[in-house]
Amino acid sequence: MRPFRNILIGMAISLILSGVTSGMERFPPPDFVETDHVIPSPTSPGPRQDVYEYIDAAVLLAALGLASYLVLKKRSRRAIFALSVFSLLYFGFWRKGCVCSIGAIQNIVFSIFDRDYAVPIVVLVFFLLPLVFTLFFGRTFCAAVCPLGAIQDMVLSRPVSVPGWLESGLRLFAYVYLAAAVLFAATGSAFVICRYDPFISIFRLSGSINMLILGGCMLLIGVFVGRPYCRFICPYGVILRQLSRLSKWRVTITPDECIQCRLCEDSCPFGAIRKPTTQWPAQEYHVAKKRLAFLLLLLPVLVFLGGWAGSSLKSVTSRAHETVRLAEQIYVEETGKTEEITDSSTAFRATGQEIKKLYEQASNIRARFELGGWILGGFIGLVIGLKLIGLSVWRQRTDYEADRASCLACGRCFNYCPREHLRLKKTKEVADKW
Amino acid sequence: MAKDNKVINRRNFLRDGLWGGCLAALGVVAGASARKNRKNDMVWQIDPYKCIACDICATHCVLEDSAVKCIQQYDICGYCDFCPGYFELGASVLDTGAENELCPTGAIKRTFIEDPYYEYDIDESLCIGCAKCVKGCAAFGNGSIYLQVRHDRCLNCNECSIAVACPSGAFKRVPADEPYLLKKVDHV
Repeated sequence: MRPFRNILIGMAISLILSGVTSGMERFPPPDFVETDHVIPSPTSPGPRQDVYEYIDAAVLLAALGLASYLVLKKRSRRAIFALSVFSLLYFGFWRKGCVCSIGAIQNIVFSIFDRDYAVPIVVLVFFLLPLVFTLFFGRTFCAAVCPLGAIQDMVLSRPVSVPGWLESGLRLFAYVYLAAAVLFAATGSAFVICRYDPFISIFRLSGSINMLILGGCMLLIGVFVGRPYCRFICPYGVILRQLSRLSKWRVTITPDECIQCRLCEDSCPFGAIRKPTTQWPAQEYHVAKKRLAFLLLLLPVLVFLGGWAGSSLKSVTSRAHETVRLAEQIYVEETGKTEEITDSSTAFRATGQEIKKLYEQASNIRARFELGGWILGGFIGLVIGLKLIGLSVWRQRTDYEADRASCLACGRCFNYCPREHLRLKKTKEVADKW
Repeated sequence: MAKDNKVINRRNFLRDGLWGGCLAALGVVAGASARKNRKNDMVWQIDPYKCIACDICATHCVLEDSAVKCIQQYDICGYCDFCPGYFELGASVLDTGAENELCPTGAIKRTFIEDPYYEYDIDESLCIGCAKCVKGCAAFGNGSIYLQVRHDRCLNCNECSIAVACPSGAFKRVPADEPYLLKKVDHV
């Protein structure tokens, strides 16, 4: 029993010494004398090979090209739908929602602010390609390539129209979400877009119960309100909207000319069809002019207010960073305000780092949150101000048009246009002739 | 499909200028990112020296069956008869009885090699990543059993749910061509 007792004593000593869980080598390696046992090495199965990543990028390029062709040239809602089913299956259920263009915003921002992190080339491609395509062809990415858009498109069966004021108001959330995502990614605190992606647990067919409920609710809302995520939440959509305003080519309801038959008026479930406008009423003109001047003066005030609000939230927002959370926990423990000790504070104390240094790091991070709050809060103020200005400028339109920013290029309106029917018949006649 | 009519007026000029500016901005983003160039993907891994062997890995993975499993680094292992990663602390007999084993799923296999050495292998299909054995092995043994993200299972989420919850900051991104962080061998 002597060796056994020695082990017990050894154990007792090491129990006292064991501050760190990673352990130390207490026992010498075995020397096999009777057998020639070879010490094996642990297996290390590799991650998914890079070649598949490049295949993903190639599929994205092909899908974007095809979507642009289908939307602008072929003008076939059925084909667009079929492509979006494919995208849902491939990028959604097969690739399980990661890699995704929406989330790639955070990788790009993170790599700008973090010296050690470089964006993998495929993530960069996923971020840039849809943006470039949007500059040329409008939001064809949203139409048939994005799996999040596709899953919402599938369930939309009883569309109700959202009033304009509510639509603009809710859309503001997407800007706030984008600003928050950039702030948290830039400070290296969290990737909120990924964390609160409502559909990812559906794509993976697993996930936390809260996220499953959120995803289910989103889809349920999506039955009645067309693509709620795309219109009111999606931070990538915010960028796509602005680029789409400038696009070289764009979706038109009619293939050639608008005959103002009003048939397409209510065809868009996303409220993206703009009606022709009449002349600005003369008596309103003066009031509107004054209002515009007032709003232009209000713009810097709104930017300042936004920045001030954003920066004064720093004690709340900075808590997203783990170092700040840890410093706060340590502070509470040190000042004796709590008896409870968390795993993270125990782990921190085991590393033997100085508490002062931790506090210093935390206050540096908080300062970055303050600066980021000024910039991004100011951005939100600017967005609100520009929206108000945009509302008080009279736009002249003679035809029914798809709004350049809001149009998701889904192609639902094509079939409502009598000119489209004429075109199809004509092409069919030509085809029959040949 | 409509193309802007190419009349040069102030509006079109501004629009074209903005369009070019946006394209250039995207080019700058591409260029700046390519300068830091990383061809490979990044994957998640646990730094075994930072891991505190809490049981968060077992429960926080988005996979039903966590991608984090224990591994046995045999060249650190002492091949002890009384393995503190295998046996419950107050084990009455040193045998394979469930009441003596530490692992709740019986994922560790104990094989006799020669007196007094036993080899311990981990059956990954049974391991749930609860790190009970890691704690035992680190506290009383050589620390040869520890947690690693198994890349044949890991989905490589853009934000790892376990990393978010990890109390000791042991999760980090590593290049995909060196996806494991194995411990250094101290002896020899």
